[in-house]
Amino acid sequence: MTWRVGTVAAVHDETRTARTLALDVPDWPGHLAGQHVDVRLTAPDGYQAARSYSIASAAGDTKRIEITVERLNDGEVSPYLTGDVASGDQLELRGPIGGWFVWRPQQTEPIQLIAGGSGLVPLMAMLRTRAAATDPAPFRLLYSVREPDAILYAGELRALEAANGIAITYAYTRVAPPDWPRQAARVDAALIAQAAWPVDRSPTCYVCGPTPFVESIATLLTAAGHPSDRIRTERFGATGDLR
Amino acid sequence: MTSDTDDYLDGNAAAGELGAIFAADITAAQGVCAHCGAMRRFADAHVFVQAPGFVARCAHCEHVLLRFVRSGTRIMIDARGLSCLVFQAG
Repeated sequence: MTWRVGTVAAVHDETRTARTLALDVPDWPGHLAGQHVDVRLTAPDGYQAARSYSIASAAGDTKRIEITVERLNDGEVSPYLTGDVASGDQLELRGPIGGWFVWRPQQTEPIQLIAGGSGLVPLMAMLRTRAAATDPAPFRLLYSVREPDAILYAGELRALEAANGIAITYAYTRVAPPDWPRQAARVDAALIAQAAWPVDRSPTCYVCGPTPFVESIATLLTAAGHPSDRIRTERFGATGDLR
Repeated sequence: MTSDTDDYLDGNAAAGELGAIFAADITAAQGVCAHCGAMRRFADAHVFVQAPGFVARCAHCEHVLLRFVRSGTRIMIDARGLSCLVFQAG
């Protein structure tokens, strides 16, 4: 897998802490929903840092991809990508990477998406890919966020729900809206039972977010009776350099 | 045996580096742990980033499946913790 050069075409702030970068990559080979890229930055003194970011844009044979980056205050790479980077800047990219945490429109079974915070990003690629598909399978999304202001792609999610026959359940973990029926709390067995596809629909579940969130959700899904081979996971984290 | 802390990623995070070695997608491959015999998707392995490389551990017993280190232009892989890796060909 070779490193390619991407040029920042546009930046868009999704929330106070998350920004989407649109990247033009002339030799991009296309990608599937759920795949990610490794992004490598090289400082003038030669120091390199690399991080993985999920592709947010829909699958396809395209030369422009989007990634959404969450700023970690003590991060090494994300403050640059969410702050200083501007149109015309160049980044090194490797990818697309990953063949397991992927949704293809040919899949016919119901799909359960479960996102923790910025874990929504690869699942959004799946939702966007589904929106362009003919007669796709039914989807449900359970989206765990700290508070309403932290919701990524808020308007687009509302539009997808209104137009496309997908059901979205928001779970607020710190601050819920004033008239919200459920008090701020983590996702629990009761919410899974209420919001997720039942086991007898044989869904494939895609769970993405920080490692503790993913482990908690996978345990809840297994306890509810979902077979482990129908649960696909991707763990994010504030980590060190991978390359 | 489980991790005491949740400071690990998973096989998806190692796939970019392993893509320098394996032409086929490693995340969908099924790996058999040489220690406990568990057969799991490599995507589910617990990956601990330790620059300049990483360690992948069995999600069931936490024994090391694979170590990956870059040294200059060389890549060193110790895969003795995997008794088998099953890829889907084609």
